[in-house]
Order: sequence, then C-alpha cells, then structure tokens
Amino acid sequence: MSRSALLVLAALTVADCAAGPARAGEIPPAERRSGFDTMSPDIQAMQRDGMSNPGLLWLEDGAELWAKAPAPDRPACAGCHGEAGTAMRGVATRYPAWDAESAAPIDLQGRVNACRRRHQGAEPYPYESRELLGLTAYVAAQSAGLPITVPDDARLGPARAAGRALFTQRMGQLGLSCAACHDDHPGRRLGAAAIPQGHPTGYPLYRLEWQGVGSVQRRLRNCMTGMRAEPFGYGAPEFVALERYLIDRAAPLPIETPAVRP
Amino acid sequence: MRRKLRWLWIGCALLAARVEAGEEAEPGAERLRPVAIVDGAIPASLTGVPGDPVRGRALVVDRTKGLCLLCHAGPFPEERFTGNLGPALDGIGDRLAPSALRLRLVDGRVLNPDTIMPSYYSLAGTTRVGAAWRGRPVLEPQEIEDIVAFLASLRDTPSERPAP
Repeated sequence: MSRSALLVLAALTVADCAAGPARAGEIPPAERRSGFDTMSPDIQAMQRDGMSNPGLLWLEDGAELWAKAPAPDRPACAGCHGEAGTAMRGVATRYPAWDAESAAPIDLQGRVNACRRRHQGAEPYPYESRELLGLTAYVAAQSAGLPITVPDDARLGPARAAGRALFTQRMGQLGLSCAACHDDHPGRRLGAAAIPQGHPTGYPLYRLEWQGVGSVQRRLRNCMTGMRAEPFGYGAPEFVALERYLIDRAAPLPIETPAVRP
Repeated sequence: MRRKLRWLWIGCALLAARVEAGEEAEPGAERLRPVAIVDGAIPASLTGVPGDPVRGRALVVDRTKGLCLLCHAGPFPEERFTGNLGPALDGIGDRLAPSALRLRLVDGRVLNPDTIMPSYYSLAGTTRVGAAWRGRPVLEPQEIEDIVAFLASLRDTPSERPAP
C-alpha cells in the first residue's frame, strides 16, 4: 500500500467515526493495562523470575552479538555504542522512531538491521531469526521498567494516523478490526482466550503457544490470519505504522521485554 | 431510511477509497444469491430446502466452521471454553423468529453496523481477505438454513412458538 493510500485510510477513519454510532474508542491512559495483569499467576511468575523466564536465553544471545564484531575490520555494536545498559537505556520507550536516511519511521528490529548494513557492512538478519530477535530483545530489555513515551516528532504523525486507520479498519473474511476486540471488548473471552487491551509492551517476547520468542509483527500476523485476512509481510510499512500507533496507545505503561505470554 | 442512505454513502466512500488505494472490489459477490430484507428480517429461506437442526448444531459447535462458540455460550454441556463476546444462545428461539435469526446470520451489520459479529453470507465491504477465503462467504446458504433451524429449536419455553 502506498503512503498516499495510507493517508486516505487515515482520513476515512476519521469520517467513519464521525458518522457511525459511538464505539468504545481509544482506552484512556489511566485505564491502560498490560496483558501481564490478566495472566495466570504461574505465567506472571515465569516472566518475573530471572531463572525461569525463557526469553532470557535469547537475551544472552543478544548480549553476545552486541559485543561481537561482525568481521575483523568492522565494529561490534559495543564498538560504537559502548555499554548497552547505558547507551540503549530508554531507547525502546520511543521506538519506532524517524529514520532520516530512509525518510521513514523505523522500528527497533529495522534499526538493528539498518545499523548492520550501514555501519557493520553486514547482511541484515532475517526476520524472526534467533539473531535479530536476540539483539532486538537485548536492546529493548535495557528499557525494562521505563514508561513508554510519546515522542514529540511531527514526522511520525502520518505513520501514527495510518496505524490508527489500520487498527480500526475491518478486514479479512470475518470483517473484524483490531479495535473491535482490543478497544471494544478487552477483558472478555474469545473462546478460551482472554482478550487483552493489546499493548505491545514486552516484545520481542516468549509466547508459550510459540515455544519461542517472537516479534510483535509475528503476533500481528497471527491475529490477521485469525481474522482470515492476508497478513502484511514482515517489515511492511503498514506494520511499522501499526507499531507506532500501538506504542502511543500503550503509553505510559512500562516496557516489559522480555515478557512471557500464554 | 435516512440512516440507511447514510451508510450507503459511507459504503460508497469506502469503496472509492479502496479503488484509489489500488484494491479491487471483492470478487465473487456476483455468485451470492440475492436476499430480500423485510422489516429487519429475511422471511424467505435462502435455499427453499428446510434446514436440518442436527447439522446446524454440528456447525455451531465447530470452531473452524460456524465459529459461534468463540463468542457465544449456550446449551452445549460438552463444550468447554465458550467465549462471551456475544449473548448466550440459550432460548434464542424464544426471542427471535427464524426470519430474524436468518438476517443476523446473513448480515447482522444491516441491523447494527458496529456489531462484532461477522456477516456469514455477505461480501460487502470486505477488504484484504486471505487468499484461502477470497470471494467466499463464511458459510454456504444451506449451512445458514441448518443453523437457523437449530437456533430456532433452542427454547426455554417449549410451548411458545413465535410466528415464522
């Protein structure tokens, strides 16, 4: 979908909301709740406990990659950035951010790969690879406990609007939208599953259903498949726009990476 | 009427936007049988063949076909983990006539444009449908008739029968 098409969608959503009967609408900041709150106590404990959170295995990989030069004449991440605990602290609270070089918003995993290409002379890691998930989770985890902030950057406005339009757009054979469940019915059950408010506070995260760590895009693709919609491809601008909107919608909840979910 | 026109207008606007966005109108719509909506109901059977309530029940509990129990509870003692996005189906046959049930299955958005319930026999306004589902309604007409027959049989008060 082109950028102008995304803008048309954004405009339409505004028109749609103005004309239609009132829906629940966006959740006010004070009422925003992480999916953590509604998980069973044993899964909560698994996330909290440094010994039992399986996501920490991916973080270890990430820490190793952070320190390792991709080639003898190329810098490691640490070579430019230094200690991740200092340099990357707070970064995940404000991503996706504006990338001047591509003149587009970029998410954290996109930034990792852009850095590899531009500064390390290395091939980008494939989406959902252990390396990309590990490094992204390692960077994001440096912001664990810090509140998500809405960046004051007008250049992100169109992506945010496009993301909101996608969030509220009915799609797929079942004609559902993200908002139909996550804005209008959080706390209810879809079959056995409790519907969360849908805040991506802990990605990349370990999902018991996956038996592994996955990105927010993997989760969004799962939901789209459930709606019987054609999922966007990994790295699609639509996903980055959705991520931008979702993270604004989640503020000021704290980052939880690496979270654990059922 | 005015309200209907408004939604028609929005439908047109959405369609125009999709064309502009380079997406084609959902193919396959011409394959669907026309349905006549009269006073918030579809009085005529979609097929002329009476629905089979036993097949209807099987479709209702099938979570990949009817999908009903993902949102509705009901008199299904063998089924665990029913959802609660929609009202329970117990006694639904007392509350809604078959013609009203039929419209709610075919296209409940005619009655409530914001309903989360999928339209089971309408391709109107669908977008970005997955390849496996493109151009197909969620259920076939006889499946809808089977489900209508089953739901109409769900009574709390067996003596009272609403007019068809």
